[in-house]
Amino acid sequence: MALSLPAIMRTTAARLSALYFLLFALCAVLLVFYMTSLSASMLTTQTKDTINDEILGLGRAYQNGGLPLLVRVVEGRSRQPGANLYLIADANGQILTGNVQSLEPGVIETEGWTTEPFSYQRFGEGELDRLRSGDQTAPQAGGGGAQSEGEKGHNAIALVLRLPNQMILLVGRDLGEPERFRAVIRRSLTLALGMMGLGGILIWFFVGRAALKRIDSVSDASRRIMGGDLSGRLPVTGAGDEFDRLSENLNSMLARIAMLNEGLKQVSDNIAHDLKTPLTRLRNRAEATLAGRHKTQDYRQALEGTITESDQLIKTFNAILMISRLEAGYSSEQTGPVDLAATVSDVVELYEPVAEEAGVTLEATAPAAFTINGNRELIGQALSNIVDNAIKYSTDAAETPKVRVALERAGSEIKLTVTDNGHGIPDNADRARATERFVRLEKSRSQPGSGLGLSLAKAIMTFHNGRLDLLPANPGLSVVMSFPLRETH
Amino acid sequence: MAAPQTSNEIAYNGPMKILVMEDDREAADYLQKAFAEAGHTAHVAGDGETGFALADAGDYDVMVIDRLMPRRDGLSVIAALRSRGNTTPVLILSALGEVDDRVTGLRAGGDDYLTKPYAFSELLARVEVLNRRAGARESETVYRVGDLELDRLSHSVKRAGREITLQPREFRLLEYLMRHAGQVVTRTMLLENVWDYHFDPQTNVIDVHVSRLRGKIEKGFDKPILHTIRGAGYMLKGG
Repeated sequence: MALSLPAIMRTTAARLSALYFLLFALCAVLLVFYMTSLSASMLTTQTKDTINDEILGLGRAYQNGGLPLLVRVVEGRSRQPGANLYLIADANGQILTGNVQSLEPGVIETEGWTTEPFSYQRFGEGELDRLRSGDQTAPQAGGGGAQSEGEKGHNAIALVLRLPNQMILLVGRDLGEPERFRAVIRRSLTLALGMMGLGGILIWFFVGRAALKRIDSVSDASRRIMGGDLSGRLPVTGAGDEFDRLSENLNSMLARIAMLNEGLKQVSDNIAHDLKTPLTRLRNRAEATLAGRHKTQDYRQALEGTITESDQLIKTFNAILMISRLEAGYSSEQTGPVDLAATVSDVVELYEPVAEEAGVTLEATAPAAFTINGNRELIGQALSNIVDNAIKYSTDAAETPKVRVALERAGSEIKLTVTDNGHGIPDNADRARATERFVRLEKSRSQPGSGLGLSLAKAIMTFHNGRLDLLPANPGLSVVMSFPLRETH
Repeated sequence: MAAPQTSNEIAYNGPMKILVMEDDREAADYLQKAFAEAGHTAHVAGDGETGFALADAGDYDVMVIDRLMPRRDGLSVIAALRSRGNTTPVLILSALGEVDDRVTGLRAGGDDYLTKPYAFSELLARVEVLNRRAGARESETVYRVGDLELDRLSHSVKRAGREITLQPREFRLLEYLMRHAGQVVTRTMLLENVWDYHFDPQTNVIDVHVSRLRGKIEKGFDKPILHTIRGAGYMLKGG
């Protein structure tokens, strides 16, 4: 996966990493600045306190022993290792004693605290530096920072006092320590920023790139699917994370699309077959009627046949449209309370004469009232299609043909069962196929009908969040319409 | 057995003045011609505005209004006419065939609803039944056709003075046929009005119901009274 930098920056993971890096860096910089300024002022205060203490001590020495004692004490203190800066100068600024060899000019002219850090040189340091700079091959021993600072002299702050005899006393302290502290802070800041950058890249590399890879595999898969392979599915790793959930949802969406697409394909195939055949017949009949010489009576008959056949075509077409709408789930049909018991008695009453004429006993067992939420027209149509089929297929029964319609509550469902005692559909696969559009099992080919009755009933049940099941009834077939009970009012 | 011809026996079936609002020129011409052949006069409006103007000015017996028309849709024309006190019966023609579309159409002030494509015989039968001059038989308590008599209050049916026993549904079927005596009543009209269902049954169940009813009201009487009109439906006609 070779990506150019702009391409990398377009990925969410990289953008997030960069954003977090910037945020953390900003916080770190702010924190460090706060810390350094706070600690610097604390160190300065501490330094000043030390100097004040020294001055007090030296003042006592001057009071007790005058200038000679002061000079002695200063000389003594000056020689101690890591000593503060001491200087006694005469009124003209000529250095008399102390451990300071030279000073920035003007420092001792004003009494009180020096306002700015000043540079100075201790005794002995100047010679050492000159020696070092003269010897180019000498190893760069010692702290590099201290050496370069030594070149320009050290920085210090000091308190300058004028003694009563106009002599000048300076007590100061080197600022090397706070400066070293600042340098350490600066170094650790740089280090921290570097580590944060590295961490960001690592996070992007491991976490971000892993996410990126998952997303890439999803987009690859979707590209394949868009390319026409509707059977393709998005990868599910089994990790159960949000990517898996997304993939699962998209997969069920794809399954639905594939189902609708399959249905559409089937419909167009079947339209081609089931509408083209009668259309061709229609056309041929008209053509044949025109071709020969006929009596008016014959023309009339041909035209009547044409109308009958067109009506059948319109019915088939309407049924296809209705099934498609119901299955696609965008039917605008409203639902309301429907008394299933009333529907049962309506439909049984509607079909009773037909059944009697066909020699079929049509019975119904239903409670007085059974109200669910649904569409009365659609349920009535589904039930009448099923009863219609049952009557047709029970006529070949071994015993007296019989169709039973039963409405009952079964657990969490309301079942509306239509059972006949005909030959049924012995083959399981055939039974499953029976509700597909236009499927007319071989034995029923001779029966009239569009082959859409059960498909429409199934689509209507789907619309009602229910099921249509075909079960063997030994002998015969049970068609069960199951409505979910929670739909009831 | 000459029964007295009472005034309410046969509905008015003379020529009607029909207004057709249909934007499809060919369909409109066909309707005009077909209505003329059936003995009626039809005027055609090609869009909703023209249709509204014609309906507002003219005195029509029935209007056939397409739901989707240029310039003004059918439902809004109907609503406008109704708000102006025009009570001419309206049959809505529509390509939208779901139950709810029908309900919307009827709620907007339509009196009947027919889905395209339709058979002209169906349209003609429905228009003739809608004809406002067909007389309001809703208020009558006793229907008489020839020697057949139906009492809506006592639920009794007699032919030539002889009591005929009918099942409740058969009674309603006969009641509807008698209300529209002398008019063609189609199978879908019967399913809609007697059973209150609007779908097409796979088998023609209505035919069996009608032939049963016919057996009861014709068997033992010398004259047929319930006639089958080929390619259209049924007609109850005495005399």
